[in-house]
Amino acid sequence: MSGASSWSFREEDATRIGALLNSLLREANARTALLVDRTGQMLATVGEEPRFDPVAFATLTAADFSANDQLARMLGENEFGALFHQGDRDSLYLADVARRVILVVLFDNRTTLGLVKLRVRGVVEALSALFTEMFAREAAGERRMETGFVPEAEDEIDRLFGS
Amino acid sequence: MSLINYASREINCKLVYYGPGLGGKTTNLEYIYEKVAPASKGKMISLATETERTLFFDFLPVDLGTIRGFKTRFHLYTVPGQVYYNASRRLILKGVDGVVFVADSQMERLDANLESMQNLYDNMAQHGLDIRRIPFVIQYNKRDLPNAAPLRQLQEDLNPGWAVEDPARQRPVPDPNRPGETLVQEVDGTWVERVSSFEACALRGDGVFDTLRAISKLVLKTIG
Repeated sequence: MSGASSWSFREEDATRIGALLNSLLREANARTALLVDRTGQMLATVGEEPRFDPVAFATLTAADFSANDQLARMLGENEFGALFHQGDRDSLYLADVARRVILVVLFDNRTTLGLVKLRVRGVVEALSALFTEMFAREAAGERRMETGFVPEAEDEIDRLFGS
Repeated sequence: MSLINYASREINCKLVYYGPGLGGKTTNLEYIYEKVAPASKGKMISLATETERTLFFDFLPVDLGTIRGFKTRFHLYTVPGQVYYNASRRLILKGVDGVVFVADSQMERLDANLESMQNLYDNMAQHGLDIRRIPFVIQYNKRDLPNAAPLRQLQEDLNPGWAVEDPARQRPVPDPNRPGETLVQEVDGTWVERVSSFEACALRGDGVFDTLRAISKLVLKTIG
């Protein structure tokens, strides 16, 4: 057993992911694509700027997926690889990526669920390969913040939380 | 599992408030929400039952500001304390960077505290994590109540310490939060390490920020 691990998301990762998600939005005619880490952190947003609070959205997405994973296990399934939430105007399609990340596609009645599902399938494969590579990279090397980060952060903690 | 996002220049750390039902975990978050400057806090989310018992979690993001070019944020979560919500508790621990155990000081809650502490160890182990190896502090809440157990008894029950195997670490370490006390000490020939603990009355806010400050600093040390 070990302590908590960390991982990082580099500029070049964002560029590659951005390209994949932009092409997904074009092909599926969807509005926004978001990538959320399974622990509830927003990794990337592409397309129309969301009108909601992205931090809260990421947390609830991760909780939604986790709760549904447990429901899947109760049915004897390993997981539900994808979820669909239907609204009057806007709908969400969520898909698992490499068991660590969730792809969320926000779309409206300019497209169909079938088209979104079809396009997501291809992108999930490409994203899975990319994330698997990113996680392997983290496992291989220790990553630290630059010197001076901790003292400065501690000063901020004292300022914000009182000393 | 803290995430450093070099693309958006953000660092996010996940802190989880754990402990028995009605111990004051949500009250800690509510007090923090009330007192932190508006610019530094996000929306507080509570997935609760109709009677305001936590069903899944409470969530509060707190921004520390931009440090060395990185927007640094803590995600504060509580878990539901009631015994039968264990599936929810386990899910919230996923990717945790630091844990605050909020103990209920009342005599009649001693067993509930112990049960919850054991449950924390078990649920961490299910995620492949060892609570002894990640930032962890204990808060003894409700110290103002007349039926509060003596601090010494709570420490013996919930913070007895674990053996320090590494000879390099077998030396007294002063407790930065309790002058005159030590976190690592020799007891009957064995070196043991305890975690920092804080007395609190979360309803009034006493001890709430002392606890948060301590766990935040421990977490940032792990990435710096």
